[in-house]
Amino acid sequence: MLASGMPPGFTREQVTAVAALANLELEPAEIELFAKQLGDILAYADEVQQVDTTGVEPTASVTRQTTDRADELRPSLDRGEVLDAAPDAAIDAGFFKVPRVIG
Amino acid sequence: MTEGAWTVSEVSDAVRAGARSATDVCRDALARIDALNPQLNAFNTVVAEQALARAKAIDDDRGRWRDAPLAGVPVAIKDNLCTRGVRTTASSKILESYVPPYTATAVERLEAAGAVIVGKANCDEFAMGSSNETSAFGPVRNPWALDRIPGGTSGGSAAAVAATLAPLALGSDTGGSIRQPAALCGVVGLKPTYGRVSRYGLIAHASSLDQVGPLTRTVRDAAIVLGVIAGGDPCDATSASEPVPDYTTGLTGDIRTLRVGVPRALLDKGVHGDVAGALFAALDALKNRGAALIDIDLPHARYATAVYYLVSTAEASSNLARFDGVRYGFRARAEPRTPGADLRTMYARTRAEGFGSEVKRRIMLGTYVLSAGYYDAYYLKAQRLRTLILRDYEQAFTGADAVNVIAMPTSPTPAFRLGERTADPLQMYLADVFTVSANLAGLPAISVPCGFTADQLPIGMQLTGRRFDEATLLRVADAYERDTPWSRRTPAIATR
Repeated sequence: MLASGMPPGFTREQVTAVAALANLELEPAEIELFAKQLGDILAYADEVQQVDTTGVEPTASVTRQTTDRADELRPSLDRGEVLDAAPDAAIDAGFFKVPRVIG
Repeated sequence: MTEGAWTVSEVSDAVRAGARSATDVCRDALARIDALNPQLNAFNTVVAEQALARAKAIDDDRGRWRDAPLAGVPVAIKDNLCTRGVRTTASSKILESYVPPYTATAVERLEAAGAVIVGKANCDEFAMGSSNETSAFGPVRNPWALDRIPGGTSGGSAAAVAATLAPLALGSDTGGSIRQPAALCGVVGLKPTYGRVSRYGLIAHASSLDQVGPLTRTVRDAAIVLGVIAGGDPCDATSASEPVPDYTTGLTGDIRTLRVGVPRALLDKGVHGDVAGALFAALDALKNRGAALIDIDLPHARYATAVYYLVSTAEASSNLARFDGVRYGFRARAEPRTPGADLRTMYARTRAEGFGSEVKRRIMLGTYVLSAGYYDAYYLKAQRLRTLILRDYEQAFTGADAVNVIAMPTSPTPAFRLGERTADPLQMYLADVFTVSANLAGLPAISVPCGFTADQLPIGMQLTGRRFDEATLLRVADAYERDTPWSRRTPAIATR
């Protein structure tokens, strides 16, 4: 856990690890740049540590009541049109195509 | 270029009365776009043929549109709102050629009210930015000064309305993306209460903050359009079923019983002198109309920018995980290496080539603050602070000293120069200091033109209101507009 008021520098190794989690391939120059910029942004954002939030409930959403809809059968999007928007698909068979996964 | 009638209410009145045909109005809009868009880059896509066909259909069946509130009104749709059959890019390479199979609810409602879509407005990539410079299709230029940014992320929407290319544009606002460009381009921009307008078909940035709203020349126009797009939607579980009033009936000019809160401590530093001067003059105008000015305190507002960038990037990193080169848009060619690794390589390379720098930066930040070991220190902490920010507003809006609206600048500075802040993302983020709170608290807020700097750059006043009380917000903004000439000014580029 980070100590309050300590700017949390960002190392190249951390950038690489986060990029892997996010499925992003980064160039060496981007890794360098993001290490600096993300460090700057986090150092600024670290001011949130100054506020005592003991006993304060977190807010994930301001919605007080969600709107349910009737559970009725209705047409969905047209399968052909949806598949047509994909970079690679077997439209008649009803599949998206991806690179070979199994040997 | 023709002068005069070019507001939503003027155009729809003229079309309904038969004084102008929808086709004539549409041709006018397309001619304006032809003349000025090459300089402004406000549109990613213009749908001239479709728009003219639609206008003709309205003219051929005038009876059907006799009571339509937006009969024949040309509208620019921000390019992160899905339009069936019309390319929707979110100004990203990864969706460069994406043609959605469905239309956003807000857009459907505009069309059902008689609006004519003329094109898709440029914006920051996935609505991430404060200057419209992150667009994969190049920056939009500010119609008041072509070497300056129009604001972001709905920069194309704001520029299109300011330069009179269309009297109406739809935008989206996650942290100020309707209000800040409206302020910097000298037009009206309304972010409704979270849930007031359906988000169905809006390409998600941060789902707990995103809201769709109008950019117009006048407050009355914003009231008309909100009445059209507001209301519950079975396709968006967070949309609110509260009844939708006629927002125009409250535009009486009478604000004598209303109390306007002024958070003076927030205005002490970092606000451009001309912006502060214009805001204080605007507050005097409200006082002269009979409103009471009340000093208020929003003690946690100073943390709002930090909280916003922790919460919004966390949500964005999750929302943007769906762009993987499988279901829509662009796919990078991944060279086969080891069997089984191909798919992951394709994902990572597609995202590397498809996303721009700002989007990657936010995905990285969001992934980090959600990751094990940092979740509590950043994401959860930010959510707790979000509660405190919300409570500050609740306190200001309730009790014996309750205010009806809160006034502050929309942006601390006027439009900056293109390229001025692109190298320093943190400086860019600080442009949102006054706007992000309304999103975190889910409150409605409007930016209304309130003057010009010595360099003739537009300035906006932001008014924030109570949950689902857009009516009061619009009443105050409209009353202010009646006393001031700002909304009637047009940039020189549009009058030549």
